[in-house]
Amino acid sequence: MSSPSRTASPEQQSPRSEHAASATTNAPSGITRATLLKDLRLEWRSKDAINSMLFFSLLVVVVFSFSFDPSAEESRQIAGGLVWVAFLFAAVVALNQTWARELRNQVLDAYRVSPAPANSLFLAKVIGNFIFVAVLEALMTPLFIIFYRLRAIGPAWQLLVVAAFGTWALVVNGTFFAAMSIRTRSREIMLPLLLFPISIPAILAMVQATAAILTGEYSARFWIVLLGTYDLVFTTGCLLLFETVLNAE
Amino acid sequence: MKSLYPILVIITGLLLIYAMSAALMPEFHLGPLTFHGAPTEQTMGSVQRIFYYHVPSAWTAFLLFFINLGASVYYLIKRCQVADILALVTAEVGVVFCTIVLVTGPIWARPVWGIWWTWDMRLTSTLVLWLIYVSYLFLRKFSASGQTPVLAASLAILGALCVPFVYFSIWFFRTQHPQPVMGGGGSIDPRMLHVLLINWLAFSCFAFLVCWSRFRLEKLQREVDEAHAMRSLMDDPAHSRSAR
Repeated sequence: MSSPSRTASPEQQSPRSEHAASATTNAPSGITRATLLKDLRLEWRSKDAINSMLFFSLLVVVVFSFSFDPSAEESRQIAGGLVWVAFLFAAVVALNQTWARELRNQVLDAYRVSPAPANSLFLAKVIGNFIFVAVLEALMTPLFIIFYRLRAIGPAWQLLVVAAFGTWALVVNGTFFAAMSIRTRSREIMLPLLLFPISIPAILAMVQATAAILTGEYSARFWIVLLGTYDLVFTTGCLLLFETVLNAE
Repeated sequence: MKSLYPILVIITGLLLIYAMSAALMPEFHLGPLTFHGAPTEQTMGSVQRIFYYHVPSAWTAFLLFFINLGASVYYLIKRCQVADILALVTAEVGVVFCTIVLVTGPIWARPVWGIWWTWDMRLTSTLVLWLIYVSYLFLRKFSASGQTPVLAASLAILGALCVPFVYFSIWFFRTQHPQPVMGGGGSIDPRMLHVLLINWLAFSCFAFLVCWSRFRLEKLQREVDEAHAMRSLMDDPAHSRSAR
């Protein structure tokens, strides 16, 4: 019985991860958890991606503040768009390095050979990216609030729902397209090329919902429902197609 | 089948000539025969005649994208090369027709509405459709050749899943911030409808011919590539060196 960590490179082996891998069964949820924990642990130890991402996010916020420097009232109208564009760029930079570690260590080949379902790997990657981008958003939002003097006139708790659904939409499609782009030429540009057109309805929904909540002028309910439906449909689609894409050779 | 090709070329050519004449002129003569084309529109005048290129191009593009979806799904199930080539061909020709729509639209809009572009429902959703299929073509071009059919088919399916969301979201976006009603609406003169349908038939035949040619070209290209690959595998290095 080979567990994913044993077929991976020495970099990913440690007493704790081996213990975790052998303790879990070969059930898909166990594999998802093991892969997710591995990714989080690796990231926590090296912190290379998160540090660069944090600084990148700060730079984006500052550049936006210079480019769009309106008064407090106008800022509430456009802040929905600004915030999500900034999150979108930060997410793309984060997503680009999703599969980089796997590619470097031939983990994907090992995964294809193992009996583990590809969906577990995909789900683990998506959840890991979601946590990653959520942390970035949590750190960028106070900066936006400060720089743009934002205040939510509508129900502020809905912003959390919008952020959750919107981030999931970006991350699930982004992880899928990042997997598609692995062996393409110009890998870094392929991801946004593929991601942006398909994400347009989600981006529209996120921006409109955020603007609705910040201005309090109309209800964001339609957009939240649309985002939720979009998330459901595309998570299902990506889960169904990921095995095919992983084995496309 | 190949013998049909020249016949279809002639038929399509005749159809296109007839359709174009009908679109451009209210009445035209061919020897002793008189044909009736589209009447001049009341408010917009002759500019409105772009309508007969704009709308059939849009319908043709949608039809081709629909065929692309079907071919992509079929490819993922059966892994048949013909389906893959059909998907590629319909995507390429569909993008061309969609480009025609997006170019003739502003050309028509400028004299009539005074603006080149507006973010109303139909324009925006056509633009997003165009963006999705252009990204499909980019994926086809840049991906590693062994993987391309499967990746492209997956993208086509996700793109097709996206289309209802595009329409829904932009519809709500636009009804939430209502735009002044610009053209459209109302019933269409039966003579105009006749010319419109003739043009659509002509465009569809033309699209079919272009797809067929491109299909043959792609099939031959793949056979040539495969032959090259087989030869370089089977020949010994000395022989292939002298052959070059």
